[in-house]
Amino acid sequence: MKFIIAIIKPFKLDEVREALSAVGVAGMTISEVKGYGRQKGQTEIYRGAEYSVNMLPKVKLEIAVGNELAAKVVETIQQSASTESIGDGKIFVLDLASATRIRTGESGDTAL
Amino acid sequence: MMRKLTSGLLAFGTIALTATAAFAQDAAPVPNPGNNAWMMTSTVLVMMMILPGLALFYGGLTRSKNMLSTMTQVTAAACLGMLIWVMWGYSLAFGATSYEGFLGKFISGGSYFLSSVTVDSTAATFSDEVISEYVFVAFQMTFAAITGALVFGATVERMKFTAAMIFIVIWSTIVYYPIAHMVWGGGGLILDWGALDFAGGTVVHINAGVSALVAAYMLGKRKGYPTEPMPPHSLTLTLVGAGLLWVGWFGFNVGSELEADGTAGLAMINTFVATASGALFWMLAERAVGHKPSALGLASGIIAGLVAVTPAAGNSGPFGAIVLGAVASILCFIVVSKVKPAMGFDDSLDAFGIHGIGGMVGAIGTGIVYSPLLGGPGGDDFVMSTQVWIQIKSVVVSILWAGIGTAIALTIVKMLVGLRVSTEDEEAGLDISEHGERAYN
Repeated sequence: MKFIIAIIKPFKLDEVREALSAVGVAGMTISEVKGYGRQKGQTEIYRGAEYSVNMLPKVKLEIAVGNELAAKVVETIQQSASTESIGDGKIFVLDLASATRIRTGESGDTAL
Repeated sequence: MMRKLTSGLLAFGTIALTATAAFAQDAAPVPNPGNNAWMMTSTVLVMMMILPGLALFYGGLTRSKNMLSTMTQVTAAACLGMLIWVMWGYSLAFGATSYEGFLGKFISGGSYFLSSVTVDSTAATFSDEVISEYVFVAFQMTFAAITGALVFGATVERMKFTAAMIFIVIWSTIVYYPIAHMVWGGGGLILDWGALDFAGGTVVHINAGVSALVAAYMLGKRKGYPTEPMPPHSLTLTLVGAGLLWVGWFGFNVGSELEADGTAGLAMINTFVATASGALFWMLAERAVGHKPSALGLASGIIAGLVAVTPAAGNSGPFGAIVLGAVASILCFIVVSKVKPAMGFDDSLDAFGIHGIGGMVGAIGTGIVYSPLLGGPGGDDFVMSTQVWIQIKSVVVSILWAGIGTAIALTIVKMLVGLRVSTEDEEAGLDISEHGERAYN
């Protein structure tokens, strides 16, 4: 099993979700996060007072999938989240040691 | 009654004074219900400028941890201003007893606790009409109430609530009431010079703005200013507040005619167009220096335009008012975004930068746009240079009086209770440390 973490632009979330559903991803967890990479920040100006905002808002997806689906998921996220500009985000893939469905106690691939 | 009639009048006060003498002999003048009704409406419109208008405008500009403190200071200052107005404020500004000689130029007396006011007593307007004196007392009360609250734009996020309240009592007594008398009261120094101040450019805006500047210096900067970011926590509420201020300002400016007549109509159109001009020219100024045209710029320009047109409301043609709004807005923008950072004082919400500077532009500019050549209501005998000199003199007197008076008031407050909250309380925010509440849970 693989655990996939993707950081994407917030406005791309719906597109990514739809694309992932289409390839068979059954669930995901998302959170609103802030961070920076090559995109750096923005400048805000209030009555002439300039503040540079270093951290930009992003959405973080967390998805657990079986080994056979992992490569497809990464490819799908990459394609659906891309705007071909700086700040589109990153995708990380980790090995997942176990997964358990709380309702039934099932574990392994069947719990995903 | 005759003395009463001498109280109370704005730019054309001298005309009103001569017109009132005859009434005392004849039957007592009866207020026109239409004018009374309009003045009651105006009065509550000015009330709406304070709460919720100014409270939201200022509140949105502060950090979320100081939202309630800001709104509470504005509102409580207005409440206190109302109570001391009926105790001794009306007396010092428009009281029934005129003092002879030097003292009479600065204050009046009598009428303490409204002792001379009855349901039948009246105040003269600028024509041969009168309005009920209780209505006049209430209308002027709202002006006194908002002016003190405006000063707190410079001191938010660090001034103690108790200090703010004591300040209002002392400052109103030694600064606001004398200036109101000088500009509007019978026998007042500036009124007798022939200065034009339709709705309070000197009394309200220069006065509040200069007092705010002195207060900003005496309190010192907020902890962390200007290195730490202190962006406004809700420009949405600030824009809501700016809208309420604009609507309420029709009571302020148009009501200052004291009648629902043609000059009131002129004040109304000017309050629309000068403000619209100020709003857009602030955004243009932002573009000119390479910034984006901002919502806060729009809101600031609205206030700058309103402030500038206040003394000119019934004293300018609509196109003079448009120019006045534009010039004031550009100058306020420069002071707020360039001069203030260079000077390093922490006028937190720009009470001086907008009310002080906009008020000065408006007061001096009124001496120009009054000219019939520019579409103003001045007569054929109007001499611009003479009028502008009178306007400048009235501005200088207001600046000195407000500046010195505020320094005295704050010094007394500092000796009594201190001005600032502790660093720890400032860090936690005044909502929790001064009032024991949070605005947002």
